Amino acid sequence: MEVALSVNGTAAERLLMERARAGDRDAFGELVSRYMRRAYFAALGLLGSHDDALDTSQEAFARAFRARGSLDPERPFYPWLYQIVRRLCFNVTRDRRTRRTRLSEATPWLVEEARRRSAADDPARLAERKELRERLEREIDRLPPHERETLVLREFEGLRYREIADLLGIPIGTVMSRLYSARRALATALGESGLREEA
Amino acid sequence: MQHDLVPDERARRLMMGALDGELSSSDETELKRLLEYDPALEVEWRQLKRLKEVTNTMSLRQPSQEVWEGYWMGVYRRFERGVAWILVSLGAVVLLSWGAWEGLQELWKDQELPMLVKAGSLALIAGFVVLLVSVVREKFVVRQHDPYKDVIR
Repeated sequence: MEVALSVNGTAAERLLMERARAGDRDAFGELVSRYMRRAYFAALGLLGSHDDALDTSQEAFARAFRARGSLDPERPFYPWLYQIVRRLCFNVTRDRRTRRTRLSEATPWLVEEARRRSAADDPARLAERKELRERLEREIDRLPPHERETLVLREFEGLRYREIADLLGIPIGTVMSRLYSARRALATALGESGLREEA
Repeated sequence: MQHDLVPDERARRLMMGALDGELSSSDETELKRLLEYDPALEVEWRQLKRLKEVTNTMSLRQPSQEVWEGYWMGVYRRFERGVAWILVSLGAVVLLSWGAWEGLQELWKDQELPMLVKAGSLALIAGFVVLLVSVVREKFVVRQHDPYKDVIR
């Protein structure tokens, strides 16, 4: 899933933001329609659960509407919204850790892309891939939140380093350092056997 | 890419840039040279490349179409419930305050009631008011100005 970050808000978006800021719910509804997918997938990548991602992203929009007074129509909407989404996601993650509850959702949040699947794949190979995906999900879930966030933005949302740096308000070097730490941890956890088949 | 880095950090950033297609040709040449020179780095590079191949085959799971169709209603329900909670809270505060005020007046008018009971009821109500003010202040004033509110602990 490739999502390009629009750095400059369009004129139409600016107008919607001005109307939403004045309390126009229809205009805000239009912004929700435009950005609900990105907000949902951002939350899914950070939380690894469909229910939590849906709940958190919708709550983020509700809070965004309540905080519409701080909306600046001269700046793009999504980076502003993303700050709310990520803060809520980090709160959910912190609560999970505080309560020592593990994510027990059976539904996978990562899927193998269709182009990789083949009718000729034998059951053993499919089972191996399924196991690899499950391990990858588990290991991503164990990463520190900021590393996980950076990895998800790069790997699953397809953002460039510059875009990630702008979205998170950090230098590009920090983006690269976080990516390295996250990938190093994943590669170590998955080990030689886990990564063997894709070589 | 920055050159004033310690060699390890420089190599790591070059590897990341190469994996994500964000290296200039001169950076690519530099990485190639580092990999030839350092066998341990070459091993790490192969692992990271294999991991990248794995993650390249994965994507985030798409929810069903119904999720998008009902999304705005989910957000809208939250607005409604937010307004409803504010109204319920305001109503409760008004009614409870009025009830407390009336009850207190009755208590104080009752000549047979011991003074200790009257003082106790007054303390109870005063305590509730202080608690309420404290909670409201924490929610709306302190948290908004907490410089550490975004820190992940």
